[in-house]
Amino acid sequence: MNVLESRGLSVELGGRPVLRGVDLTVSAGEMVAVLGANGSGKSTLVRALLGLVPLRRGTSELFGQPLDRFSGWRRIGFVPQRTSATSGVPASVLEVVTAGRLPHRGPLRPLGRADKRAVRGALEAVGLTDRAKDRVSLLSGGQQQRVLIARALAVEPELLVLDEPTAGVDLATQDTLAQLIAGLVERGTTIVLVAHELGPLEPLIGRTVVMRQGRKVYDGAPLPSFQVLPQAHAHHLPTTGPEDHRPDLGTPLDRAAGGELR
Amino acid sequence: MSLLSVDFVQRALLAALVTGLAAPAVGTYLVQRRQALMGDGIGHVAVTGVAVGLVTGASPTVTAIVVAIIAAITIEVIREKGNTSGDVALALLFYGGIAGGVLLTGLAGQSATTLNRYLFGSITTVDATDLWVTTVLAVVVVAACVGLAARLFAVTHDPEFAQVAGLNVRGYNLLISVLAAVSVTVAMRTVGLLLVSALMVVPVATAQQFARTFRSTLLMAMVLGTLVSVGGVLVSVAAPVAPGATVVMLAIVGFGLSFPVGVLLRRRSIAAAPIVEEDDAFDVPEPHTAVPEEHGHEHGPDCGHLAIPHGDHVDYVHDGHRHAPHGAHYDEH
Repeated sequence: MNVLESRGLSVELGGRPVLRGVDLTVSAGEMVAVLGANGSGKSTLVRALLGLVPLRRGTSELFGQPLDRFSGWRRIGFVPQRTSATSGVPASVLEVVTAGRLPHRGPLRPLGRADKRAVRGALEAVGLTDRAKDRVSLLSGGQQQRVLIARALAVEPELLVLDEPTAGVDLATQDTLAQLIAGLVERGTTIVLVAHELGPLEPLIGRTVVMRQGRKVYDGAPLPSFQVLPQAHAHHLPTTGPEDHRPDLGTPLDRAAGGELR
Repeated sequence: MSLLSVDFVQRALLAALVTGLAAPAVGTYLVQRRQALMGDGIGHVAVTGVAVGLVTGASPTVTAIVVAIIAAITIEVIREKGNTSGDVALALLFYGGIAGGVLLTGLAGQSATTLNRYLFGSITTVDATDLWVTTVLAVVVVAACVGLAARLFAVTHDPEFAQVAGLNVRGYNLLISVLAAVSVTVAMRTVGLLLVSALMVVPVATAQQFARTFRSTLLMAMVLGTLVSVGGVLVSVAAPVAPGATVVMLAIVGFGLSFPVGVLLRRRSIAAAPIVEEDDAFDVPEPHTAVPEEHGHEHGPDCGHLAIPHGDHVDYVHDGHRHAPHGAHYDEH
């Protein structure tokens, strides 16, 4: 069974097409890197696959279930693209990582032994056990990124989706992440990684997908970087006419065209 | 002490107690969503709700709850759309609410004094029915805010992660808004619609000075809210001051006293976690720093990265930092 299967995915954000007819299939145990320049649609692609942005066209399935009826969220760990793990009110590292157990818990069920074990394991895996009780806002950027990764690991997922986990992160964290992912790959976890640069993760990649201007322009053997893709091989994309952009007039009660789900 | 045995004083103290518990409980989630002023907005619109009650002869508390919930849901829908002109829509809603309330009160032939009871609170006129309604609503609010804390925390902390964790993010966000509307009307009789937001937010701001976790912020804010709320009513029993304003002033004085302590505490914990100086493994002579990074990409005039001329070379902004090619490696700006 395929972990991810999407056909003809098209997404519009703010009236602008961000994905144009992307097909992507990922089978169990694969380690796929989605590469591309800023604005190429690589992040939107994984967000669309997880149901975080509305699809304009196309269909998508997770673990064989259509996205809108999907219920197996406890099989998915997600590391969103964020520069920090802080929010308006102080929160401890432990509290943020414990949120990763929510798909396994009923609304009023207290933390069970398995939950505590998973959280402890996730904190250990990213090397933040001794910071568990600290305020997240006191941690460095790299450490906060590790908190977000630990939260996804606490889900104990079969599919781990990471959106630019290495952006603006120190080398030590990148190395930790590479070791972690190597371990997960060995255990058969399916991994989809969105990245601008691969860094120490490069040797782990099993397959590369390159996005350019909302289209999938490469899907095959690993590439060290999306820039390696010979420009000559990419046909000039058809320049789109003025109908390509629907302006957002933005009167107070209008819905922004293709409004992004928040 | 004899005053404390008077019926209306006892009712006032009880109303203050449950209000002080409920308002900061919801307030914590509003602050977490960076919507500290939402309570204020709901309060403005609830003025119309009170006026509807005065015009129709229905209980102003009930009409205020209905209108406040409608307002809260509208505000949440506008917020969810994330529209850039959303704040203009909110302004329309808030000022429309307050103007409508004043107009309707006039039409009902009621004086400004009647409306003032709701604008600034009039805890001494709380009757037994009011007290029951207030208590039941406050219990609902506190039970939801504490019982669903793990989920509400996740949704307000990182909505995208919460959605991928299978939570109904929109549903929980609406729930927080409705709870905020309910606690606005609960606090209406104690501190008044114009000051209600203070009781929701100021105790949270005070708790933040000391707390390290979300849970302790929530609980501490509820304790502080109860202290200032009951304390304010006690002061107003003893001295000729308005209870609502006294409660809010006490809360603000509490924040004023805690803030310097919080600054000290934070400074100490930052000092306890110093920035570790890493050994420079890459022996590069001054004055430049080589950046150890895999760089499959060659920066150039057309590469799309922001180029900044810098002395005899051009820096490129890339992955959150700025650097320039130098031989086989890159120099950090």
